[in-house]
Amino acid sequence: MVPLLYFQLLGAALFGIGLYGVLARRSAVLIVLSIELMLNAVNINLISAASYLNGTGRFEAFDGQIIAIFVITVAAAEVGLAFAIILRMYRNRGTVNVDEINLLKW
Amino acid sequence: MQLALFVIVTILTLGGALGVVATRNVVHAALFLLLSLLGAAGVYLLLFAEFLALVQVLIYGGAVIIVVLFAVMLTRSSEYPRITDNRQWPLALITAAALSVILGAAFWLAPDLATEPQAPAFTGLAASLFTKWALPFEIASLVLLVALIGAIIIARVQSSTTADNSPVEPEG
Repeated sequence: MVPLLYFQLLGAALFGIGLYGVLARRSAVLIVLSIELMLNAVNINLISAASYLNGTGRFEAFDGQIIAIFVITVAAAEVGLAFAIILRMYRNRGTVNVDEINLLKW
Repeated sequence: MQLALFVIVTILTLGGALGVVATRNVVHAALFLLLSLLGAAGVYLLLFAEFLALVQVLIYGGAVIIVVLFAVMLTRSSEYPRITDNRQWPLALITAAALSVILGAAFWLAPDLATEPQAPAFTGLAASLFTKWALPFEIASLVLLVALIGAIIIARVQSSTTADNSPVEPEG
């Protein structure tokens, strides 16, 4: 039987990789992809906890999975909006490099 | 047996994730992301969350990756290979590694409450979703609607809205 800790460590590693991508990348598309990785790490954590703590009576059986469904919903909305903004940015400024998009920076 | 499956999906998930943050090619990054997301679906299957695994494959593997590839196609330019990583990437590496270690240590030191993973009766998911979580469910549908309308308005070509007296803005 795989212990719960392994799934949690997998989630922690995945979150760290996503964080590195968000911090180190300069292309807006790649930053959005890294954010997806971080959201997936959270989902793995939620679902593993929901599955393993099911019998302890600390919360109802499906709460963790349903919160994960909401995370996926919001992630889908986020991807749609993010790429609309990236397309708009590309059309107006001709670049997707976040270092060159400094219109609101002072 | 389960440990072997876990190792396989872990290699898929983390390998895909490393590919996303390591490759220079944006299309390759999207395909590596698909690999990672399918690995995550395998993790959900190991945790008896079949519905979540299906949703993951359909929404991420289908919709999100298609949107990503469309965005890459519509913004395709010669600049993608030029956009290298930040100069501060070693700092980013240290930060991310430190966060992973701290999270892992927190999980390691936490009291072990876990029992065996269980497969609850599948119909309970729908019952819970439409009774206890009915209001958040409806709000989620509203969020999706507003986000999609907003995405259309943001990404739309503006020339059709200049029917009033405002001058046509030059693009670019």
